[in-house]
Amino acid sequence: MGQGAVVVTTARAHGPAQSWVSRVFSTDHKTIGKQYLALGVFWAVVGGLLAGAMRWQLAWPDGRVPGLGEIGPDTYNMLVTMHGTIMVFFVAMPILLGAFGNFLIPLMIGARDMAFPRLNMLSVWTFALASLVLLASFFVPGGAASAGWTAYPPLSARPDYSGVEWGLNLWILALALEFASFLMGGVNYLTTAMALRAPGMTFFRLPMLVWQQLTAATLFLLSVGPLIAGAVMLLLDRTLGTGFYAPELGGDPLLWQHLFWFFGHPEVYVIFLPALGIVLEILPVFSRKPLFAYRWIVWATVTAGALSFVVWAHHMFQSGMDPRLAMPFSVTTILISVPFAFIVFCMIATLWGGALRFDPPMLWALGFLTMFIVGGLTGIFNGSAPADIYLRNTYFVVAHFHYTLFSAVVFGGFAGLYFWFPKMFGRLLPARLGTLHFWLTLVAFNVTFFPMHHLGLAGMVRRIANPLQYDLLVPYQWVNVVATLGALGLLGAQVAFVAAVVQALITGRRAPANPWEANTLEWAAPSPPLHLNWGARVPIVHRGPYEYSRPDQPTDWLPQHAAAAPAGR
Amino acid sequence: MALASEVHALAGEPEVLPGLRAGKVAVWWFLASETMVFGGLIASALVVRLGGEGWHEASAHLGVTLAAVNTLILLTSSLTVVQAFAAAARGDRASTSLSLALTVAGGLAFLALKAVEYTTEVRAGYTPASGIFWSFYYAMTGLHALHVAAGVVVNAVLLVAGRLRTPQRVELAGLYWHFVDVVWIFLFPLLYLS
Repeated sequence: MGQGAVVVTTARAHGPAQSWVSRVFSTDHKTIGKQYLALGVFWAVVGGLLAGAMRWQLAWPDGRVPGLGEIGPDTYNMLVTMHGTIMVFFVAMPILLGAFGNFLIPLMIGARDMAFPRLNMLSVWTFALASLVLLASFFVPGGAASAGWTAYPPLSARPDYSGVEWGLNLWILALALEFASFLMGGVNYLTTAMALRAPGMTFFRLPMLVWQQLTAATLFLLSVGPLIAGAVMLLLDRTLGTGFYAPELGGDPLLWQHLFWFFGHPEVYVIFLPALGIVLEILPVFSRKPLFAYRWIVWATVTAGALSFVVWAHHMFQSGMDPRLAMPFSVTTILISVPFAFIVFCMIATLWGGALRFDPPMLWALGFLTMFIVGGLTGIFNGSAPADIYLRNTYFVVAHFHYTLFSAVVFGGFAGLYFWFPKMFGRLLPARLGTLHFWLTLVAFNVTFFPMHHLGLAGMVRRIANPLQYDLLVPYQWVNVVATLGALGLLGAQVAFVAAVVQALITGRRAPANPWEANTLEWAAPSPPLHLNWGARVPIVHRGPYEYSRPDQPTDWLPQHAAAAPAGR
Repeated sequence: MALASEVHALAGEPEVLPGLRAGKVAVWWFLASETMVFGGLIASALVVRLGGEGWHEASAHLGVTLAAVNTLILLTSSLTVVQAFAAAARGDRASTSLSLALTVAGGLAFLALKAVEYTTEVRAGYTPASGIFWSFYYAMTGLHALHVAAGVVVNAVLLVAGRLRTPQRVELAGLYWHFVDVVWIFLFPLLYLS
């Protein structure tokens, strides 16, 4: 019965009658993953250009920004707000969760598609609608939202405070649609992984990326609710005149901060964990060694995920909340660095003594690892309340944030793209351009963000449009110029990636099914995989995902679905 | 659903966790996220209330009798949705239809009475902008009413579209309907009896 169904379906999906409509409105998880990728890349360009404009303004505040003219504080506020919103919600989430999660989860667990393919399609189109709404918000009278990506009331709660009426309403609407999209996605990921694993694919044989995606999806599902409630309240405050965040009506502006960060802190792990999963997949393949302490990494991930629900007030040490809360939240915050430090040590232990291969995916993965360590170390300063009182709201925090999340989204994201590009598009990316792209990005990234630690300690706070207005910052203006040159280099370095992709798609070599000699199931499917992924039968899983360099095997890799060579060869 | 069942049928092999149906897993995850939405609202209301005043006085303007009747109606509809599932499971189509119809009627009656309440309150001058209690009252009951309306639609679809009606779907719709009831059980004392 199963056999007959396979023949019928594959014939339908790959017959000559397939129109562009069925390609665009596809329920195939691989197409949906690529659609998320395309939307995420589009927004990455927008968000990157916004950041470029901000950096230009900060380096040469009295001049004109190319393409935008003179930027006043209001426009600058808009740039900050939209850069943060776009990068977190419209770049990091669609690429790291939407694209990699959709493309890889069914392939890695040996399923034919997501548990609910049509819900999956609804999810990506809801995200497309959210993108459209956010894009429209740039063009409404009053401009786009400018109350910060955290949208703190009272600034955000009354249109006349920020001067933005529709921009911020559309911002809330876009986020609501985006949340709906990822709620559908998260339910789908969790259900798929629980119900549709291939025979033999036990939970502890799941590739680490799946574990990270599932933890991220769980964190998202369980943390976004209060913010949805909070966003509804914010919208009602703005439109109906309710008083949730208005002290004069008995409300409390701090309520928003609690609701926002109850979601906001798990959210950074929602972004970070899938990137971590990508890197955890890549390190064993290019070290030709098993992942060190697989089960303990799983437990560490789950522990970190649970702890992420009780750290949120470290964003609010100086908000005016009860100061007695600072101590417990400092403790939980520093505690959460323990599981992550553990995972970092496991990554290093995986590399230790391995036969390292420095292909582009590995370079990006190592870039992630090293840059994240820097970000992790500065996190300890920010997490302890006494230090944070001085560092709060300065560029030190900006530097910390970008060393953690830029490393996750850009280094982790590119690691994944270079690794799975052959599987997604059936072509090999040129390694030399990839290597060039990596080194240019790594250097430019550090030139951009490392000086920000210094600026922050010197007292430069965030969200100021003109540092030269502050006497104490004038001697440090050259640092701002250096950071801006780094940022421009960072934007320029991405040309190498565009060149690599163009070259791969036009003249690139066709990718074999398993170009990296990796073990996980997605490499058992052809590149790119066909509709419904597997031929007549789903693969049967015999072992865990990281059995590299087994002494009893003729090759140094042993795929999860392959029969082992007889012992005593 | 053709496609979804295709994906499942194609997997073909024995389930890893026996008896685990994708639909049920998904509904439970969905309800978990919904719990956090209402949980966030309820926690916010509690925190603001503990730090504020005037809640008791404002709450006294609500009509408890009408809301109590409404509570009774909603809880009874939870009973009928269970009966619908039981009837669907034994293949009794007529009885399933009747129970589903009663559930839909219960939901509609709840919404109608809620509309009467809103009208009364707005006429008496209590709008969402009348103070923090009223802000929470309208936001919480309004969001809940939207969920009731969604449940009415789901149950009505199962009632009308006999082709779609499987025991499993009736069960899943029932799970959601129970959730809507449970939320009301929290909202009723929190808003009306405070």
